[in-house]
Amino acid sequence: MRKTIQEINERIKEGNARVVTAEEMPQIVAELGEEGALAEVDVVTTGTFGAMCSSGCFFNFGHADPPIRMEKVWLNDVEAYAGIAAVDAYLGATEKSTTREENYGGAHVLEDLAAGRSVELRAISRGTDCYPRRTITTEILLENCNQAIMVNPRNGYQRYNAAGNSGDRVLHTYMGMLLPSLGNITYSGAGVLNPLANDPHLRVIGQGVPCFLGGAEGMVVGEGTQASPATGFGTLMVTGDLKKMKTEYLRAATMTGYGVTLYVGLGIPIPVLDIETVRSTAVRDEDIWVDIIDYSVPSRSRPSLGRVSYAMLRSGRVEIGGEEIRTSSLSSFRRARMVAAELKGWVESGRMTLALPTRPLDPGRKAEPMKETVQGPRVLQIMERRVATIGEDEPIRDAAAKLLKGETNHLPVVNGNGVLVGIVTTYDISKAVVNPGKGNFVRDIMKRKVITTTPEESVDIAIRKLEKYNISALPVVDREMHVVGILTAMDLGKLFGGRWLK
Amino acid sequence: MKLLVTFSRKEGRKPIIAQVVRDTGVLVNVERALIDSSEGEALIDIPDESCRIVKDRLTDLGASVRILEEEIILDETECVDCGACISICPQEVFSFDSDFRLQMDARKCVLCGRCIEICPHRALSRKGPA
Repeated sequence: MRKTIQEINERIKEGNARVVTAEEMPQIVAELGEEGALAEVDVVTTGTFGAMCSSGCFFNFGHADPPIRMEKVWLNDVEAYAGIAAVDAYLGATEKSTTREENYGGAHVLEDLAAGRSVELRAISRGTDCYPRRTITTEILLENCNQAIMVNPRNGYQRYNAAGNSGDRVLHTYMGMLLPSLGNITYSGAGVLNPLANDPHLRVIGQGVPCFLGGAEGMVVGEGTQASPATGFGTLMVTGDLKKMKTEYLRAATMTGYGVTLYVGLGIPIPVLDIETVRSTAVRDEDIWVDIIDYSVPSRSRPSLGRVSYAMLRSGRVEIGGEEIRTSSLSSFRRARMVAAELKGWVESGRMTLALPTRPLDPGRKAEPMKETVQGPRVLQIMERRVATIGEDEPIRDAAAKLLKGETNHLPVVNGNGVLVGIVTTYDISKAVVNPGKGNFVRDIMKRKVITTTPEESVDIAIRKLEKYNISALPVVDREMHVVGILTAMDLGKLFGGRWLK
Repeated sequence: MKLLVTFSRKEGRKPIIAQVVRDTGVLVNVERALIDSSEGEALIDIPDESCRIVKDRLTDLGASVRILEEEIILDETECVDCGACISICPQEVFSFDSDFRLQMDARKCVLCGRCIEICPHRALSRKGPA
């Protein structure tokens, strides 16, 4: 048995369509079987509500008198991109305010406008014959903009890897606060209710398909940026009229220590055309798996700490290596349900009919990493290779002599096999002279917890370590923890005036 | 019951909490303490029935004592029930009910401030001055 989109739309118009949410569907399929569910259900509504950084809005403010060609535009001190026509601009959700930093940004402007609050528009121009005006400052309301068209380049991630931190300090990430030693796990996504998770092969979601966006009727523009449906990480570009949106489904947020983002409510109604649609909409939280990514590793390919399903994540605790770790969601499952329920109401009442894609999306698309042609500086290019070390069993006096001779403040300490086991600084030695009680040997006064770098590490990451731990040198070690050099704050000077500033 | 105890250390280093434990015989659980050279602040947990006797003795020893109740305020118009606060709270103050609505048991709170700092929607705040 198959159903056509026309048949489904006829039923919707007659008010006879059977509409269920994606959370209700698995149970229906379990009870009626696939054929039975196909006969019974016409539309499955999906919904998600979470942080979607890649969001923003095109504005047309109307012409002032005398007119201005806005070259730079700020809305409540948040810059919008004005490199388009005279009074058009695109405001990105994550742009920070020039005055209030991460406490206010593009997302907050969008929420303020949607809430009916007035926003200060400020713009500058060099002035032209056709647009003589050079500056403007005025209050605007959403209702007075000619257009406010939300266009979100990447929304509705099919699923998203969870986040953990195996390191020894707190991390503030776009996945929220990650406690050290795997103290917690955070995740995002509506799982069972997620639009793309209910159509992973992109059979019914594609260009031109109607959707729920921020409480208004919107449309899928097409493939989202960085879409990777071939690996289970599809995304969508969506659009809708900001003027019709509600703050219930559009909320500005700040990920502390990271920046501003926008929480967006997005839902897509899925027409149940055939057995394949029944199968894909029968997906459950138990069936959707993600990796727990270790954010303590500061590179693109972060290792996985384990694999978990959304059901496990949503239970509040997951087990990793025999230990129970608490989980936090960053998206709101409650609001995702509200989106799916409201959308269900729209279709049931005939307010929204369905459409098939005018053009299908490519389910084979895979996101690729950047092909860098110029590699940034690595530690080995600026580190000091002549590095004095000292044995842990040497007298403190010898360490002092070596520091003096080497004109350095840091002395890595090695054991009998040449493996790094500690570090002593001129400060440690001075302390030992003032308080001689601790012992006479290097091992008695050295710091055993040494922050290190490697020759291949990016200088940017090494600098981040120096800042974070408030230290001025990093021993450079190879895989066997042998000291091959040292990177001090002084070496960073080599970056300036050199080949890296091109 | 949780008490926030603040005391001056100007008159020397009196072991004020130890003194109270010895005098009252009540086992005091220190949940958080910030003590520097001039003043100290300790958040202690004691059995409800011992509140009066501990509070009086602390006051006699020169400390000021405030009973902590519902110190963390959740602004329900800002909260979207994301749950970011749940796993970072050392006291497990936050949880979801069966409808995934955020629940808060503020009596467990020890005022570490972590949830206020990280709430993406700035929906959490601390009641009144410390």
